[in-house]
Amino acid sequence: MPRLIRMDHTGHSTLAEWTAGDEAAYNVAVEEFRRQLDEGYIGVVSDGPGQATQVRELPADAPTVILRRPIAGG
Amino acid sequence: MEAGALPELAAVPWRRRASEASIRRRGQLWTLTTVAHVVPFIAVAVVLMLLQPLSAPVAAAALAHAWIIPELYAVRGANTIRPKRREPPLSEPVAQGFLGDLLGHEERDLHRSTGLAVERGRLGVWLVGEAGAVLVTPGGRRVHCFCVAATEGGLPPSDRIAHLLLALRTDETGFATVANHAFSGAPWRLRRRMDGRGRPALAAARRAAASFS
Repeated sequence: MPRLIRMDHTGHSTLAEWTAGDEAAYNVAVEEFRRQLDEGYIGVVSDGPGQATQVRELPADAPTVILRRPIAGG
Repeated sequence: MEAGALPELAAVPWRRRASEASIRRRGQLWTLTTVAHVVPFIAVAVVLMLLQPLSAPVAAAALAHAWIIPELYAVRGANTIRPKRREPPLSEPVAQGFLGDLLGHEERDLHRSTGLAVERGRLGVWLVGEAGAVLVTPGGRRVHCFCVAATEGGLPPSDRIAHLLLALRTDETGFATVANHAFSGAPWRLRRRMDGRGRPALAAARRAAASFS
């Protein structure tokens, strides 16, 4: 089941889950995803070993979409 | 900004995007700077001893400077991947499990024992810590240390590493551009200044970098 996960102080929080046929659940996930982007999170899909892609729209078919905070030089 | 570029690049528009060539040049510049720091002190020590053997204490001080300055730079490099000394939060096991899902078997075990994640990239092999990363260049004979961290406070250590790992995987040269370069030199210089727990991770990264193709 595809999930929208946010990395936060709890380790990670599952914000939404949806299935391929459940459009209502997917729409809720899209809303949540956009809200998180507005709060400054960055959406990332892990594409297997060594690869990840930034996403600006919630992909319906990615198994896990991860929300991370920006990074900066220390 | 080009497609696939790290969005954080927008925060450092004055920086030129890092590349294999720019990182190599930076390494050469560090070597040159180190030589420029060390050689004059050694020369002063030698000249003093030739002119007046009674000036041995001053010559010794000059030699100490020649030794200390590069060591201080190496400490700065090691600090980038030194684990923060504090009690890990209760959420750390959850974060560690999540990070483990992003890593392969070997890398996961290595992270559990060393607190550092090893990641093979195109520029070389990376060691990713909570607040920084080390790039071991192909061949394993040079390291570049970078200060870089997730901007949110209160994240468990493994989540901090996962943030950096995902950014690195999204855009490796962008990651090297956003991060602040802190040190470059021979791996043995860094190793001496790392805590014992992290050294096996550096050894693993060097082995991987030695067979880099």
